[in-house]
Amino acid sequence: MKNQLKQKDERKAKKGMVRDLIILGIILAVMVVLLIEFPDKREPVIDTSWDFFLEMIMILPAVMVLLGLFAVFVPNETVVRYLGKTSGLKGIFLAILLGALPTGPLYVAFPMAAVLLKKGARISNIIIFLSAWACIKIPQEMVELQFLGIEFMVMRLILTVIFVVIMGFIIEWIMKLDDEKGGVKNAV
Amino acid sequence: MNVTAIVINAVAIFSFLIAFLKDREKAKKSLKIAGKSFIRMLPMVFIIIIIIGLLLGFVPPEEISKFIGDQSGIVGVLIIGVAGALMHIPALLAFPLGASLLESGASVTAVAAFITTLTMIGMVTLPLEIKELGKRMALLRNGISFVIAIIIALIMGAIL
Repeated sequence: MKNQLKQKDERKAKKGMVRDLIILGIILAVMVVLLIEFPDKREPVIDTSWDFFLEMIMILPAVMVLLGLFAVFVPNETVVRYLGKTSGLKGIFLAILLGALPTGPLYVAFPMAAVLLKKGARISNIIIFLSAWACIKIPQEMVELQFLGIEFMVMRLILTVIFVVIMGFIIEWIMKLDDEKGGVKNAV
Repeated sequence: MNVTAIVINAVAIFSFLIAFLKDREKAKKSLKIAGKSFIRMLPMVFIIIIIIGLLLGFVPPEEISKFIGDQSGIVGVLIIGVAGALMHIPALLAFPLGASLLESGASVTAVAAFITTLTMIGMVTLPLEIKELGKRMALLRNGISFVIAIIIALIMGAIL
């Protein structure tokens, strides 16, 4: 079962890679045509691309190593186990931390969130967890620091944490309100 | 090499060494995963840097700043927020793209809105989210995320 799932994931990754390569081919062709048509733009375009490439290549391997370490040493099961039984301020803190640590795209987190909901975890914590997973990832913050500077990164991080927590409570409140109104129908 | 890059690389090497001392097999496995994800991401990296090069080389800053610059107002912020919500690119690549927009005349507010909606909201993954969490919760999360992304962006623009 798990093997099958892995194979499916790998097939999906391969398909995505092919799609990306096709897009890359198209965009490369567009660039070549444009640069032939406008020779005076050659230098600025190539210089800019090269600068950004250097900046990325200096950090991407390191970021990938960190992502790989998180993936192996913080398995999803651990996250579900911890988040399922906490509440209060500690719950909020843990939801952010556990969302920020592990890896993978957002769609990996949805099934985990579904399991947690069934287990009876607080809705607010699930929302906070999902949002942290989406936009407070530690490796992401590092890349943000590299490209946008410390002020931008720290400010956005603080604001995101504050508003994500507020959003968690708003959604929990709306869901509960609806449940009370919907009664038996929604409870099923 | 700038300070940030040095720090990130140092953290990565240090973390890997600790992991390696703790569990060799697991450390090797994570390195393998890292290599795979890196290769998997490379085409997208090239796509983004070419787009950045063309953007900065061909689109005059006045044009960009007209749409999403300081004087464009809330409409520009909303437009780029929607663009971020619709786009499906790895979050890691949103930052260089945001930096290039900033360089070419976009406002801090616009760039913050773009990055925040891009990471928080997933239109492409919405069907899956609905399937796993239910329509109500998924729509609420994405909808309210958009609102708070715009609020975060406006506050950032006001402070920075």
